[in-house]
Amino acid sequence: MSKKYWETLPQGSVVLEAGNSAKFKTGSWRSMRPKWIEENCIQCMFCWMYCPDMSVKVNAEGKREDFNFDYCKGCGICALECPGKKGNKAIVMEEEGK
Amino acid sequence: MAKTIEIRWHGRGGQGTVTAAKVLADACLSGGRYVQAFPEYGPERAGAPIRAFNRVSENVIRMYGPVLHPKVISIADATLIDAVNVTDGAPDDAIFVVNTSKDPKEIREKLGAGDTQKVFTVNATKIAVESFGRPLPNSSMLGAITKATDIVEMDTLLENVKKSFGKKFAQKIIDGNLDATKRGYEEVKEG
Amino acid sequence: MGKIVAVTGNEACAEALKQINPDVCAAYPITPATDLMQRFAGFVSDGKIDTEMVLVESEHSAMSACIGAAAAGGRVATATSSQGLALMWEMLYIAAGTRLPIIMPLVNRALSAPLNIHGDHSDGMGARDTGWIQIYSENAQEAYDNTIQAFRIAEHLDIRLPAMVCLDGFIVSHSIERVEYIDDADVKNFVGKFKAVNPLLDLDNPKSYGPLILTDMYHEYKRAQHEVMTKVPGIALEVAAEFEKMTGRKYGLFETYRLEDAEIAIVVMSSAAGTTKDIIDQYRDKGVKAGLLKPRMFRPFPYVEIADALKHLKAIAVLDRADSFGGYGPLFSEITGSVMSMDTKPPMINKIFGLGGRDYLPNQAEQVLDELVKIAETGKVETIKEYLGVRE
Repeated sequence: MSKKYWETLPQGSVVLEAGNSAKFKTGSWRSMRPKWIEENCIQCMFCWMYCPDMSVKVNAEGKREDFNFDYCKGCGICALECPGKKGNKAIVMEEEGK
Repeated sequence: MAKTIEIRWHGRGGQGTVTAAKVLADACLSGGRYVQAFPEYGPERAGAPIRAFNRVSENVIRMYGPVLHPKVISIADATLIDAVNVTDGAPDDAIFVVNTSKDPKEIREKLGAGDTQKVFTVNATKIAVESFGRPLPNSSMLGAITKATDIVEMDTLLENVKKSFGKKFAQKIIDGNLDATKRGYEEVKEG
Repeated sequence: MGKIVAVTGNEACAEALKQINPDVCAAYPITPATDLMQRFAGFVSDGKIDTEMVLVESEHSAMSACIGAAAAGGRVATATSSQGLALMWEMLYIAAGTRLPIIMPLVNRALSAPLNIHGDHSDGMGARDTGWIQIYSENAQEAYDNTIQAFRIAEHLDIRLPAMVCLDGFIVSHSIERVEYIDDADVKNFVGKFKAVNPLLDLDNPKSYGPLILTDMYHEYKRAQHEVMTKVPGIALEVAAEFEKMTGRKYGLFETYRLEDAEIAIVVMSSAAGTTKDIIDQYRDKGVKAGLLKPRMFRPFPYVEIADALKHLKAIAVLDRADSFGGYGPLFSEITGSVMSMDTKPPMINKIFGLGGRDYLPNQAEQVLDELVKIAETGKVETIKEYLGVRE
């Protein structure tokens, strides 16, 4: 006999799948998107440090790559904190969907 | 439930969607009507898609619950059309009012709106930025919705926009929002 | 005619408390009651009222401070929900047992686990044995009116019991609707000046609160407390009659809607009753003799009066927005108490609905009425208790 939907729920609402917040792709919340301008990037990693969402991808050499747009919510903190190269920011915010 | 108009607002947290529903409720309260204004509650975040609702009626409103078949659907941010099911439950005579720089015919196609459903567009973000310098579209949307649906007198609406903003903001902002509301009313297009 | 405004249930209750200007308010925030007390605290800090606002570290402390202030001889109010009410649980019994008229809007919210911030009645129901007067409100107007009347009922010299005024979390507390406020002077007049009974601050007549009473006298104290509760309905109706004279709005121990000539009926409290009334009208238009009974006073429960209102029915559905695991829903259990005094027992079913803020939709009311029509025909009940609107 097939189970009712509510019979299939985990006992005591325990979340059995470890780390499954990775499945919650919050990128769709963005209305502004950060653009990484590589030529102005001094790899200071401020953006990575300040990002509240771990949306700055870092490679094996410890250098940043483009953003992880699955999670980036477009808060703009990275753009604000970016020191850039000689006054030119390496991150600017632009409207999502353009 | 005759003479009850139900409205659903689609927006993103922080754009003033909930405030707009409240201002509309306050405006419609005049003339002895009954009103409801409420958002759909979930985790509150700026930028997250949210829905707000209004009911406006000549009779006492006893119904509590979500608006399932809104006659008027306001979409304050066109990116929501791809992110959220904005046409959910829309009846055959639904009226869509969408904030976009695109042509109403294009939006009509994007929504998949039926022939008996009306589609209005207004560039509320542009109007807002020109009127008070911030891309908060909902005061402009209020004007557009008023033109599209005739739900309330424009003078009454403007009075309530003034009252609502008067509590928290400087005169320049209040005037800017009043301008945005008027321009929303004047510039909304049907397609 | 008072001022007509569009406000939320929380705003309306905060306004009522502002108009009454209690002596002390000790509070702690919790969703969805937070903005009620936040607004009230705003009135205090703006100097609009002179309530002593005590910001405590938990709801247990809030009720403790309220008890202290009430025992001292002040008019006291607070507000909370769900876990907050649960945290004050031991103090609720103390407030009632000490006969202190503390007034508390309770913004009904589901109890954890799982954690849920939305509206259901589990919090209020968990406190039904505490000895507090419990009044349920359908909408913001009722929440406002009930808060004002609660002061008169609770503070009556023949009563002196704490009272909670319940309103649905989010559904009523955060939804804006049309409310008519009463003029400040009229509210002040209606509620009147606070009369302290055995105040601690009366230093000419020193006294002690909170004794230990063992097997020799505890039983008699509780018998006396029970007796006081039996006087509440009479006083509540007197207060309601006076309130009607002032406002034109009529309140009783419960409300009936198209019940007198009904054959089937739904018994349900608070906002869901509003939605149900619309569906009752639709079924009446179809020729189905449906009606509704909406309990307002849950504690004390008016068994005999409700029995009188329900005894002619062919089938009854009692809708509970809370469950008692291992038992029937709380409201259903009370209605069976009513049925006890009837000569013939109408068939009854219990539906648990809307838990954790799950929407109560018109189609759920229709489902229940359709089932009642069948039960009225056959006189047979298949299953007494079921969950309504659950994903199967």
